Amino acid sequence: MIEGFTALYIFMLAAFTGYEVIGRVPVILHTPLMSGSNFVHGIVLVGAMVAMGHADTDLERFIGFLGVMLAAGNAVGGYVVTERMLEMFKSSKETAK
Amino acid sequence: MIELSYFAAAVLFILGLKRMSSPKTARGGIVWAGAGMLVATIATFFVPNMHNYGLMLLAMAIGGGAAWYTGKKVAMTDMPQMIAIYNGMGGGAAAAIAAVELLKSDFQSQSFLVLAVLGALIGSVAFSGSMVAFAKLQGLMKKSFLFPGQQKINLIVFGAAIVFGVLLMMSDSTSGLTLFIFFALALAFGIMMTLPIGGADMPVVISLYNALTGLAVAFEGFVLGNAAMIIAGTVVGSAGTLLTQLMAKAMNRPISNVLFSGFGATGGEASTEDAGGTLKEVDASDAAVMMAFASKVIIVPGYGMAVAQAQHKIWEFCKLLEDKGVTVKFAIHPVAGRMPGHMNVLLAEAGVPYDKIYDLEEINGEFPQADVALIIGANDVVNPVARTDPNSPIYGMPILDADKAKNVIVVKRGRGTGFSGIENALFYLDNARMLYGDGQEVANKLIQEVKQL
Repeated sequence: MIEGFTALYIFMLAAFTGYEVIGRVPVILHTPLMSGSNFVHGIVLVGAMVAMGHADTDLERFIGFLGVMLAAGNAVGGYVVTERMLEMFKSSKETAK
Repeated sequence: MIELSYFAAAVLFILGLKRMSSPKTARGGIVWAGAGMLVATIATFFVPNMHNYGLMLLAMAIGGGAAWYTGKKVAMTDMPQMIAIYNGMGGGAAAAIAAVELLKSDFQSQSFLVLAVLGALIGSVAFSGSMVAFAKLQGLMKKSFLFPGQQKINLIVFGAAIVFGVLLMMSDSTSGLTLFIFFALALAFGIMMTLPIGGADMPVVISLYNALTGLAVAFEGFVLGNAAMIIAGTVVGSAGTLLTQLMAKAMNRPISNVLFSGFGATGGEASTEDAGGTLKEVDASDAAVMMAFASKVIIVPGYGMAVAQAQHKIWEFCKLLEDKGVTVKFAIHPVAGRMPGHMNVLLAEAGVPYDKIYDLEEINGEFPQADVALIIGANDVVNPVARTDPNSPIYGMPILDADKAKNVIVVKRGRGTGFSGIENALFYLDNARMLYGDGQEVANKLIQEVKQL
């Protein structure tokens, strides 16, 4: 279990990491990158699975079901769309081949 | 073992995002991140004391299947709204996790309860807001809804959601009714906040909701004690915030302006009438001759080109020009298309190599040396009133200096105005010529004319 200050440290370091990683990105990649980071928060699927796995009542199961369904949509859709966009980025050397 | 998998996933996410921030390695980046997701998902099946596996797999199959299908099928021009909808789903999932945990209400400490409620609030707003953004960009909802006192009402709804959130935090056992009202208010706030925002500002809003979803995921990660969710969510939260700022800066609109004022509603009428002069037409053969014997042509593509699906033809035309020794460059305004970088994706789809594509700062100094600036489907991003007319709603927005080229050819379907509804003074300049027609047809004609030379 992650407690108190450890959690806060993780939060802070991750926030800086995100900021630094994106810091110098060229404009041409803004859309794919937004889509890519959209995919990354699809990790919510993991949490939705856990929440549903611990659901006991019918209401909890129903909400959990919705959660897993939405999360799977986020992860899969985010991946497919990002991959399709990035697939197309080629330099003139590559196109000439 | 599960913890190790989550750790590996977190590392893969960060490396993947890092690779995605350079065009050379971007394609590999998403694969890395995808591998991380796969590892984490498989590991989660082995979390102890879980049940409902059958239903879980069914939910994954439905959600994932639908997203797979739509994601493969969607046209590149419709990308922004798809990102919005997938993002909204993530927010909704975060809210659903919170709902389940709040119903069970066996929190280890008060701080987890607070985080669960916060995550639920943010996730719900991102969910319903993204859905409205999707509906607007998809054209299902055309108008911006503005009424007097709107911001006050929004504030009241938001305040009420906070009050019920606090009630949830205070009570020992969660009552279903309080929970229901809380979620209803949060969802309503997301809708009401997004409704008045105009289409042109939508990308910034989608990016903001993307960051918010990341934050909601991180909060629910704390509640579940899941490090992968905390790290991935936080990274997206901060990266998304930065990306939102970059986009807002590119449009020269402070984020607060985007969120709290309907675009064009404030002073859009002021500048419509003062663009004097006449429009001068040119036909395709003259335009083709002008460009074929030029030494440098800069093409300014806009969303209109993509709608006409003309990018393939335009690229074919450019290759013909290059065969004749003309230097061809593409100038992309940061907000060309529907969101920053969208136009690059559309050009990449047509096979234009990314080293022929220049952004605003790189290319603006070159316009005075260009013989022809070919503007196709772009409008507001080349409108000189952004430099000259302080009354114009787009005043101060950085624009491409296409008006400084020796000749300007504007390909346009009709005499309508751009996304912002503002008359374009560029079209009336002495060096500007209008080439009316559908983008695709015009490109076809240009190709034929150049081939005949």
